[in-house]
Amino acid sequence: MAADTQLDSWEVFMQSRPGANFTHQGSIHASDKKMALQNARDTYSRRSEGTSIWVVPTNEIAASSPDEADMFFDPANDKIYRMPTFYTMPEGAKNI
Amino acid sequence: MTQQEALFKYTLRLGDNALILSQRLSEWCSNAPFIEEDLALTNFALDMIGRAQVLLRYAGEVEGKEKSEDILAFRRSERQYYNNQIAEQPNGDFACTMVRQLFISAFELYLFTELQKSKDATIAAVAAKTLKEVRYHLAHAEDWIIRLGNGTTESHNRVQQAVNDLWMFTGEQFEMDETDNLLIAEGIAADLHALQPLWSNYIENILSKATIKTPQDAYMQTGSRKGIHTEHLGHLLSDMQYLQRAYPDAIW
Repeated sequence: MAADTQLDSWEVFMQSRPGANFTHQGSIHASDKKMALQNARDTYSRRSEGTSIWVVPTNEIAASSPDEADMFFDPANDKIYRMPTFYTMPEGAKNI
Repeated sequence: MTQQEALFKYTLRLGDNALILSQRLSEWCSNAPFIEEDLALTNFALDMIGRAQVLLRYAGEVEGKEKSEDILAFRRSERQYYNNQIAEQPNGDFACTMVRQLFISAFELYLFTELQKSKDATIAAVAAKTLKEVRYHLAHAEDWIIRLGNGTTESHNRVQQAVNDLWMFTGEQFEMDETDNLLIAEGIAADLHALQPLWSNYIENILSKATIKTPQDAYMQTGSRKGIHTEHLGHLLSDMQYLQRAYPDAIW
C-alpha cells in the first residue's frame, strides 16, 4: 500500500441544535485540532447545519472488527427476552 | 461631487473589492492543495460574491439609472472598477494567496468594524454581516501564515517572498479621496487613515509570530481610486465577463 502523504485523519461529529446528539458526519484531514475544526466546518457545515462540532483523531477511536461481529452481536439475537417487546404489559399498569 | 455620486463610487469600491477577490479565490476551485482547503477557499469566494451582490445592487439603486448588480459586474470596463489593486493580484502559490488574504482580511476587519456604525443603513447592515465572515477568513489566513512561516525552509521562504512582493500594494487600502472625505463628514464612510496604525500593528504581530520580517514601507502602488489598475485586472475581467460580452443578456 502506498504511504499516505495526506495530513492526519479526523472524524467529525456535529450537533444540529443545542441539546441534540452529536452525529457522525464523515472524516477530514488536518494536522492539529485547530485546523481540524476549521476543515470540519468548511467541509460539513457550509450551509450552517450545526451549532457545535467535535473532531476526534481517527486513530484514537477503538473499533470492533467485523470478524468479531459474531462474538459481539450474535448472542443478543436469539434471546428474545432481551427485547422489551418480549414482555406483555400487566393489565393494571396504565401509565407505562 | 454630490453626496449621491460619492455614495455610488464608495459602494462600488466596497462591492468591487469583494467581487474581484471572489473571482481570484474561485480560481482555486479544484486546484487547492487538498480538498478541505479547496472547500475553504471557494467558501470564502461565495461569502464575497454575496457581499458584492448586495453592495453592487445598492450602488445601482443609488445611481438611479436602473442598472442591476449583474450589469455593474459584467458590463463595466477596467477603468470603471474601483477595487484596491491588491485584490486583483494573481493567486501565485498558496503562500501568496494566504498573504494576500491576511493583508485584505485584516484591513476589512477594521473597516467593517467602523462601517457598522455608518449612518447609511444598508452599509451598516452589510458591515455587520460581513464582519462575521471576515473574522473567519482572517483566522484561517493567519493560522496558515504562522504555520507556514514556522514550517520548512521552503514554506518560510515562500511566505517571506509573498510578503515582500505584496507589500507595495498594502498602502493603497488606506488612501482617501474626495469621496471618502465627503462621506466621512456625513457619518457614512470610515476614516481609513485612522485604521492604518491598527492594521500595521496587527500584521506586524502575526508576521513576528510567523518569524517573517515585516518589510520597510517604501514605494506604494496607487491608482485604483481613479480606476487605474495593474495589468492583471484586464485579464481577470476578460475571463469573468466573457459570457455577457459575447452573448449580451444571456440568462442561465
